[in-house]
Amino acid sequence: MRDFQFHRPSTVAEALHLLRQASAGKLLGGGQSLLPVLKLDMAEPSDLVSLSGVTELRGIRTEGNQLIIGAFTTHAEVAASAEVRAKIPSLARLADGIGDPQVRNRGTLGGSLAHADPAADYPAAVLGLSATVHTDRRTVPADRFFTGLFETALEPDEILTAVRFTIPQRAAYAKFASHASRYAVVGVMVAQYPGGVRVGVTGAGPSAFRWTAAESALTARFAPESLAGLTYPADDLTSTPEATADYRAHLLPIMTKRAVQTALG
Amino acid sequence: MSTTTHPSIPGSIGAAIPRREDRRFITGAGRYVDDIVLPHQAYAVIVRSPHAYAQIRAIATAAALAAPGVLAVFTGHDVAADKVGGIPCGWLVKSKDGSNMVEPPHPMLVKDRVRHVGDQVAVVIAESKAEARAAAQLIEIDYEVLPAVGTLQDATAPGAPAVWAEAPDNVCFDWDLGDKAAVATAMASAYKIIDIEVRQNRVIPNAIEPRAAIGHYDPAGDYYTLYTTSQNPHLIRLLLGAFVLGIPEHRLRVVAPDVGGGFGSKIYHYAEEAIVVWASKKLGRPVKWTAERSESFMSDAHGRDTIMTAQLAVDKDGKFLAFKVHNVANMGAYLSTFAPAIPTYLSATLMAGCYTTPAIYVEVKAVFTHTVPVDAYRGAGRPEAAYLIERIVDKAARELGIDRLAIRRKNFIRPDQFPYKTPVALEYDVGDYEATLALALKAGDYDGYPARRAASQQRGKLRGIGFSTYVEGCGIAPSALVGQLGARAGLYEAATVRVHPTGSVSVFTGTHSHGQGHETTFAQLVSDKLGVPFDHVDIVHGDTDRIPFGMGTYGSRSLSVGGSAIVKAIDKILKKGKTIAAHLLAVSESDLVWSRGEFRVAGTDRRKTIAEVAFAAYVPHNYPIDKIEPGLEESAFYDPLNFTFPAGCHLCEVEVDPDTGVVQVVQMVAADDVGVVLNPMIVDGQLHGGLVQGIGQALYEEAQYDESGQLLTGSYLNYGMPRASDFPFFNVSTHPTACTHNPIGAKGVGEVGAIGCPPAVINAVLDALAPLGVTDISMPATPEKVWRAIASAQAAASTRD
Repeated sequence: MRDFQFHRPSTVAEALHLLRQASAGKLLGGGQSLLPVLKLDMAEPSDLVSLSGVTELRGIRTEGNQLIIGAFTTHAEVAASAEVRAKIPSLARLADGIGDPQVRNRGTLGGSLAHADPAADYPAAVLGLSATVHTDRRTVPADRFFTGLFETALEPDEILTAVRFTIPQRAAYAKFASHASRYAVVGVMVAQYPGGVRVGVTGAGPSAFRWTAAESALTARFAPESLAGLTYPADDLTSTPEATADYRAHLLPIMTKRAVQTALG
Repeated sequence: MSTTTHPSIPGSIGAAIPRREDRRFITGAGRYVDDIVLPHQAYAVIVRSPHAYAQIRAIATAAALAAPGVLAVFTGHDVAADKVGGIPCGWLVKSKDGSNMVEPPHPMLVKDRVRHVGDQVAVVIAESKAEARAAAQLIEIDYEVLPAVGTLQDATAPGAPAVWAEAPDNVCFDWDLGDKAAVATAMASAYKIIDIEVRQNRVIPNAIEPRAAIGHYDPAGDYYTLYTTSQNPHLIRLLLGAFVLGIPEHRLRVVAPDVGGGFGSKIYHYAEEAIVVWASKKLGRPVKWTAERSESFMSDAHGRDTIMTAQLAVDKDGKFLAFKVHNVANMGAYLSTFAPAIPTYLSATLMAGCYTTPAIYVEVKAVFTHTVPVDAYRGAGRPEAAYLIERIVDKAARELGIDRLAIRRKNFIRPDQFPYKTPVALEYDVGDYEATLALALKAGDYDGYPARRAASQQRGKLRGIGFSTYVEGCGIAPSALVGQLGARAGLYEAATVRVHPTGSVSVFTGTHSHGQGHETTFAQLVSDKLGVPFDHVDIVHGDTDRIPFGMGTYGSRSLSVGGSAIVKAIDKILKKGKTIAAHLLAVSESDLVWSRGEFRVAGTDRRKTIAEVAFAAYVPHNYPIDKIEPGLEESAFYDPLNFTFPAGCHLCEVEVDPDTGVVQVVQMVAADDVGVVLNPMIVDGQLHGGLVQGIGQALYEEAQYDESGQLLTGSYLNYGMPRASDFPFFNVSTHPTACTHNPIGAKGVGEVGAIGCPPAVINAVLDALAPLGVTDISMPATPEKVWRAIASAQAAASTRD
């Protein structure tokens, strides 16, 4: 790890200023992805701007049919939040299944989304729970946020401030975790809304995506049987020694079905 | 946590005394190599090869040398210029034709050609680790990448690139054991021949403490000290001193302080140990190196990695007639300290298992690949044998339509057949295989299995049960025997027992504790034998300047060999003590009886405690000085008469999710005969750890190399370490038969979990999948592999329909 300047601003505006001043600045959330990268010398930022002191990035609240979670909220806080458990219990359970206790105590919602690891859990929730991502300057609908492998719609100097999830009638997240890493091999968030069902998928492909065929089938009838015969082309999915694209394609309908079963209770 | 039962033995032997060393470990007061900071210490970072096989065209070190804080940069050219020896191999195996194995050079820094990812190319030494790391990135190495062989299959393919010119077909040795003709004769007339091919997945040891070493040369006394994460400091002193750097023993001290796990990987002499000692003299500063976790993955010796094919000849009743094994074993790119012995003398010799198979023939072809050296890992050779045997026995039962337990019982060596000489060079002294099988069935409620299976089925899960009735050979080893077999060292153990003037005791043992709890169990042993309180006994290990000699800890040898050396030394103490007591009591020695720490005049209440005797020995005012010397300290070397043969039955139940292929171990029963148990709690702990690593190998762990020799599983992101949440509570129990040839009766427990359990797990998985037509699966039985096995069995079935 190389030396860097460390900053801990207390406002988003100050953080933005520091980020723009730095020759090669990086925002630091909980550090669960960035610090390993630094330790392996895979990134050598000149400045780290920690968001841990920015109180406006914290907090969980409900506005109408929307649950708003500040970007610097840890996974453990989401998992334990009475508000989240009451309004979107599946989101609390998803957060409770991320990594391990150490990761959950440090890792943040905003950090996870900005990093956009293709096997992280939150992207499935953002897509499945019809979220909008708020930044220091705009709102981005979930469907336009994830743009590729470790790529998002965020500008280099843009700070993710909060995520606004739409409270579903019912929802569930089913995850097939990697034994080694506990990341999602296939993770599926299924959420039912009056206007239709959304299916957000993470882990399976190079970037989180919605499985629209499953959404249509489940919108017609919200039942596991609706998925019978539905398959997803393996060509578009990720292949690793641990799980080939064929296997991920096999798991996707199974995990979707399990999410539906859980959502139905 | 587990349910457990152990027979209780009176006295402090057999008591579940909490581990005294745990206080310092749990409170962070342990003292590991990386905790040691010497004055003026400098820090080394090793530059490692990113390629599996490449010619080094040039190394440019000027920029690194000019970097802040850098004290030195050394490469293979400096090593060669100093005429430093290579890292030696400790075991010579000869091929069938009598020729010696191919023994390639193993320089501590490579000069011309790198041969595995992680091979040491240069060392950067700086004032701080961060500076050394930063400078290491400034070293420019011009590699000409060469075609590599990353797997056994690649290395043995026709026309494969040769790892070493002296082994053009990549064969290190081609060895055999047993009676080939007798096996051929038996096979020819057998009712049926059962065939199998099994693969031992390669595993990475993953001790919690990464390797570390500090070299310290003191010019004032021309004296060298090496602090290292070692399981056997005396062996490191011998290899480093005599073979690599040419330092006589009396000028080299090797200290292995608290060591956080080894599992075999810290037995061997590694290049980094030699580098820091050599560099310390060149720099005039102590030099410390501590592995990062990613370095551990690519530089600790790996384990297993063999492909075995075998045939078992049976008669129509399932009696085993002959067994023939062909084993191809991966050595990696260099020969690690004990590597050649693992597939041969530690594996082929166990191919009888616990059965009376009359004719056995084993061939072992050891093969070089462009991978990290492979050496002993928990079990070392015996897990490979047990896995092969217990898989083929299950297969024989299935093909003959005989119950899996019945076929085992039909072929067991019976208790009245001991001592039993196997056709593969060993003589088992004692055992009772039916007893441990019966214990496992009872502990695991075998009678209730059908109901459990039905309940699983109701939940949509496939349940299977699997068994392994294994035997292993440990407590290594009789020196004369292993000398004949190619060992370049004796494998006895040494101990000094010092009874202090007031009766407290310091024991200096040549074994090394790195998780085994010797400080507790050995103190129990000494407390029992000398009759002194447990708290009055201190166990000292891990320092060649304090311990007279030793061969260290591996092969489950510490208690049976090291403990026996302690008992021998105590016997000498008691002999001398008796002379002193007789003098003090003015009786003849023959009038004295020794009991519970006292010499007593038979039939009277006149007595002398060991503390009184010790005081007299150190304050010899009234003392038989004409017969014996003052003082009460004795040393002993114990060379075992035979290996010890722990055995047992492991019973595993799994549930398979047929949709995803996920295997969950739902019951794990280990019923083992590890000989006399000193501390049942520590035995339980050893079993739990062994089972975790055994199930890890069966279901999760695999070091994978691609065809170019890149390590695909170089971190915990993709190497499947087992975790506590993967397991049910373990059900462990013991049924001891006392080892007949050591004074304790102990056999060894360190490895049995890892040896006995993998075949039980895989046999359980295959039992669960049998209704779907699956007959084979390789380790690790990962979800995708299970899913594919189910899918292809179903495809085959539908083709048949």
